[in-house]
Amino acid sequence: MSTLLSIDGISKRFRGLLAVDRLSFQVNQGDMFAVIGPNGAGKTTLFNMIAGVYSPDGGAIIFSGERINGLSPDQICRRGIGRTFQIVRPFPALSVEDNVIVAALLHRHLVADARAHAVEVLRQLDLYDKRAQRASGLTLPDRKRLELARALATDPKLLLLDEVMAGLRPTETDRMVAILKELNRNRGLTILLIEHVMRAVMALAGRVLVMHHGAAIAEGTPDEVVRDRAVIESYLGAETV
Amino acid sequence: MIPRLAENLSPRAAIALAVVLIALLVAPLFANDYLLTVLILIFYFAYTGQAWNIMMGFAGQLSLGHAIYIGLGAYATAVLFSFFGISPWLGSFAAILLAVLCGAMIGFLAFRFRVAGVYFAILTIAFAEFARIGFDHLSYVGGSAGFFLPVANYTQSDLWTLRGKPIMFYYLSLGMTVAAVVLCHIMVRSRLGYFWQAIREDEEAARAVGINTFRYKLIAVVISAAMTSLAGVFFAFYYNNLFPEEVFSINRSIELILAPIFGGLGTLFGPILGAFMLTGLAETLTTTLAALGVDVPGAKQVFYGVCLLLVITVLPDGVWPWLYRRLGLAGRSE
Repeated sequence: MSTLLSIDGISKRFRGLLAVDRLSFQVNQGDMFAVIGPNGAGKTTLFNMIAGVYSPDGGAIIFSGERINGLSPDQICRRGIGRTFQIVRPFPALSVEDNVIVAALLHRHLVADARAHAVEVLRQLDLYDKRAQRASGLTLPDRKRLELARALATDPKLLLLDEVMAGLRPTETDRMVAILKELNRNRGLTILLIEHVMRAVMALAGRVLVMHHGAAIAEGTPDEVVRDRAVIESYLGAETV
Repeated sequence: MIPRLAENLSPRAAIALAVVLIALLVAPLFANDYLLTVLILIFYFAYTGQAWNIMMGFAGQLSLGHAIYIGLGAYATAVLFSFFGISPWLGSFAAILLAVLCGAMIGFLAFRFRVAGVYFAILTIAFAEFARIGFDHLSYVGGSAGFFLPVANYTQSDLWTLRGKPIMFYYLSLGMTVAAVVLCHIMVRSRLGYFWQAIREDEEAARAVGINTFRYKLIAVVISAAMTSLAGVFFAFYYNNLFPEEVFSINRSIELILAPIFGGLGTLFGPILGAFMLTGLAETLTTTLAALGVDVPGAKQVFYGVCLLLVITVLPDGVWPWLYRRLGLAGRSE
């Protein structure tokens, strides 16, 4: 399998705090890759560096064979990395459909084409019936799916999901898990997710990276990782196993 | 409510629109000169409101210094006409060029250095003030003593040089307003319009779906500036005199934002409805006061203030979106 995203010894320092410390890992084409770890482990900083919000202080981020660190968020999106926000950020006054059309217009010049693509994505994510509603009126689970729909509509090669399960009830989590599985298995979309909900990580991820204090402390399949002593001590706690 | 991507008009609304347009086309046959000048003023505000609305209503960038584009357009064409005999129609290209350069400079500085929100608004005021003070001392165009266009006798109208009767200016301003609405209608339904509204709603989220926000904000400023400069051309040839203290004054900048705010930001017909209501009511008020022999300085300004207060508290999205719902003007796809 070919490598889609290669993180090569990247670091990020915020004043005195070393948020990410020479972290390296690789995400292959078609992977469902999860990054987990306790609060403050540096997951969101890592995410933001890949998405172009921060530029790493050192190291390289290679996507599809090209170095992308230092590019702006919009340039990174145009290269094929779609992202969601942990705290959802829909365009509130626009309709659900218009929210997705905006994203679909990235690689389409005609609004009619973008609308056709948006409708397809909305059907896929069970939002079609709500397409005429204003995004600000949606419930949290719907907003989370809208966030995902918008990222998908940009036709990404890699989808970055920042705690897309957070705040969802178990049944809603299962629904989201099913959607992501479908995207990964049937459409071959590569997904990198940062997640706190272990239920989702266990059900979804093919590979898991565990971060602690800005560095990787374990990497492997979900089953391997939850049996890892260091992981249990720093993150999961004994009762989880 | 909000800034929808475009108002979908029902057949009923389309007929209403056609009726209004026909009424406006034949209005000069029935209207006296006074009514005509009021209507010209209304169209001036409808047009400039439409231009300003591109920046604020569509792209979410608050400009409080649009007087600079009015002034540049006015002075550029007035000078070219008076000194070189160049028709304002040709001079308009120079006006647009100047306004575009000026808007691009302000936009570049602001967006490059991430000046946003109220700070951006202050920056726009500052540039308009620079222009006012600069032109005050520019002796080539008369400085603070003003610049005057040669005034022809009003027996006939010459459209090419824009010298003539109010009726010519009436049709000119009506035409400009219709053109502005059509242009905005096309833009707001295009890719550009979607991107602008995404930026207005959430700039960071817009960037995350791949929109080069710097570029699209700059485009909004440039188009708005170009359109506003043409209002300046109109201003110069209609009033025939230009004083920096007046053309570049902050009052110019503020008065042109009232109609779109009153009518409804980010809507196509809001600025027009706003211009009709505000200017129409204010003129009625002043003539009534004059007829009653009451002299209240600043009555119009107080009136504008009260109107804005009312709209902001009762209909924060403006009058048009409310009217649009009440009259059932929405198309079926709503």
